[in-house]
Amino acid sequence: MLKQTTQASPPVLKKRISDPRWVQILLIGLMLLFFTGFIFLPLALVFAQAFQKGWSFYLESIREPYAVEAIKLTLLTTAVVVPLNAVFGLSAAWAITKFNFAGKTALKSLLDLPFAVSPVIAGLIFVLLVGSRTPFGSWLGEHGIKIIFSTPGIIIATLFVTFPFVARELIPLMEAQGRDEEEAAVTLGARGWQIFGIITLPNIRLGLLYGMILCSARSIGEFGAVSVVSGHIRGQTNTIPLHVEILYSEYNFTASFAVASLLVFLALLTVVLKSSLEKQFQNNSLEH
Amino acid sequence: MGIELRNITKKFATYTALDNINLNINSGELIALLGPSGCGKTTLLRIIAGLELPNSGQILLDNKDTTNLPPRKKNVGFVFQHYALFRRLNVFENVAFGLKVLPWRERPSRSEIQKRVEHLLTLVQMEWAMKRYPSQLSGGQRQRVALARALAVNPKVLLLDEPFSALDAKVRQELRRWLRKLHEEIHVTSIFVTHDQEEALELADRIVVVNKGRIEQEGTPQEVYDQPANAFVYNFLGNVNVFHGRINKGKVTLGNHQFDAPEELKNLEEKPSQSFVRPHEIGISRIQSSDSDLLGTIREVRLLGGQIGLNLECEGLDLPIEAEIPREHYINLQLARGEKVYVTLNRVKVFTGDYEI
Repeated sequence: MLKQTTQASPPVLKKRISDPRWVQILLIGLMLLFFTGFIFLPLALVFAQAFQKGWSFYLESIREPYAVEAIKLTLLTTAVVVPLNAVFGLSAAWAITKFNFAGKTALKSLLDLPFAVSPVIAGLIFVLLVGSRTPFGSWLGEHGIKIIFSTPGIIIATLFVTFPFVARELIPLMEAQGRDEEEAAVTLGARGWQIFGIITLPNIRLGLLYGMILCSARSIGEFGAVSVVSGHIRGQTNTIPLHVEILYSEYNFTASFAVASLLVFLALLTVVLKSSLEKQFQNNSLEH
Repeated sequence: MGIELRNITKKFATYTALDNINLNINSGELIALLGPSGCGKTTLLRIIAGLELPNSGQILLDNKDTTNLPPRKKNVGFVFQHYALFRRLNVFENVAFGLKVLPWRERPSRSEIQKRVEHLLTLVQMEWAMKRYPSQLSGGQRQRVALARALAVNPKVLLLDEPFSALDAKVRQELRRWLRKLHEEIHVTSIFVTHDQEEALELADRIVVVNKGRIEQEGTPQEVYDQPANAFVYNFLGNVNVFHGRINKGKVTLGNHQFDAPEELKNLEEKPSQSFVRPHEIGISRIQSSDSDLLGTIREVRLLGGQIGLNLECEGLDLPIEAEIPREHYINLQLARGEKVYVTLNRVKVFTGDYEI
């Protein structure tokens, strides 16, 4: 009774919904304009400035002792901050997505605070909290612990500013994955650490790495909060961004841009790592 | 391994999910927890597994109180509605998981694990897929792997939470029969949760009908189907026609139609009642066979596989009746839309009270 009335649709599916040509051209043009003005041109200028006095001056600028100290301090800060924030972020994401407790929603919104607050204010908070004129700060001082105007202060300020990256990356991922696999593991007799190591961590490892990359990028480049707590002591409490600023304000433009170009290299490296991870993400979600 | 549930109560913030549940399950039984969604049946299963704690009450496995044992010490196998296979592990590693996480003194050797996993995968007919990842399998295949994984730890009790509800009808039916067969082979005490009465009737040794956190009835499929304890159970176990009427001194009144009330309700004084008849227990005839037959007009005819569904408008009743008759019968009577027929209501179930559907 039923006749085959519908023909097979043509093999090439033409897109029914597509914006008119001029809209496409306009949008692409606007985007290119923006990229040229805000990314390509400045990038080119940084390198042009950095190499203005030649290759040897460039090398000298980044090998000069104060610059080396700044690089060391930045790398030290990042090396301490990123693992710590990976642990904090992981715990926060774990708590928020796997448990139910009072104040969970509040905690989730508070996670964004370091992003919402101006980094300068973030720095000031720590000066007010542990500065040498405060009771806690002077107590620490009596015990020979110096936080403000020294490395611990820089690390703490950076920790605060970069705190949300890992957690924000993991929460949506872990929420989407739910607790099913963990529950299955627990009914099969696994202990907490086994579940974490065999089930949870492999499921979130790419998200975790991604969060850590963003976190390192920000710790390397952080200026505001660090500027307030550092005290700008050359060779002691200067990070790369602070060093760049000092050189610049001393009208030492070429050296300043030479050091700044290091930050650009690190930023480019982050972008490359990030996009290669994103590619892996996609492959993973396709395969598994 | 028998299970005994004593006075289990579970409250969530705004409602009571389980209200004083008492239930005994014999060793080796296959039990269905049947009820509408949100009735608390999954919560009960999760409490037995230790994934939730009850607010009060006890769970006894083999006469030992296991209420407060952590789930990993309960030794129950749990099969989830959405499989919950470990996505980063292949099929072999999934099934081996429960053995590999054992403390090393109890852990079988590598070759024993290999043998046991292979055996289980053969049992669930998935031995060909050992190296595959869950995402490369169909829903039915994943659920069979999940079952093998749950059986790997030699559970004393197997709990299945709507195991087939995410699968399509054909696969669901196939897996149902297969599970029944598997249960006959391995005889582990099993409880499965379902909202599908057909699944419960076909699979279970015993059905526990749950509604709003309470047990409405428990019994063999036959008992529950033929002697439903109340209107809810009757209604939940299949399609029904409901007639709202009154019962008085041994007579049930439906519209301007009367018939004798069942024995146990003979002595009731004037009371509202509901009468239920299953569509396939309605007789359709060209000739009147008794005074209690109703005269009806066929409004609609539908083909339901081997059966024919009729929608009838009957004199004296305000709601239409749904009837199902064999196709052959339909052809013999040469029925068609708009014709008048005599309708006999067989095996009418009468319940009093204010139950509403």
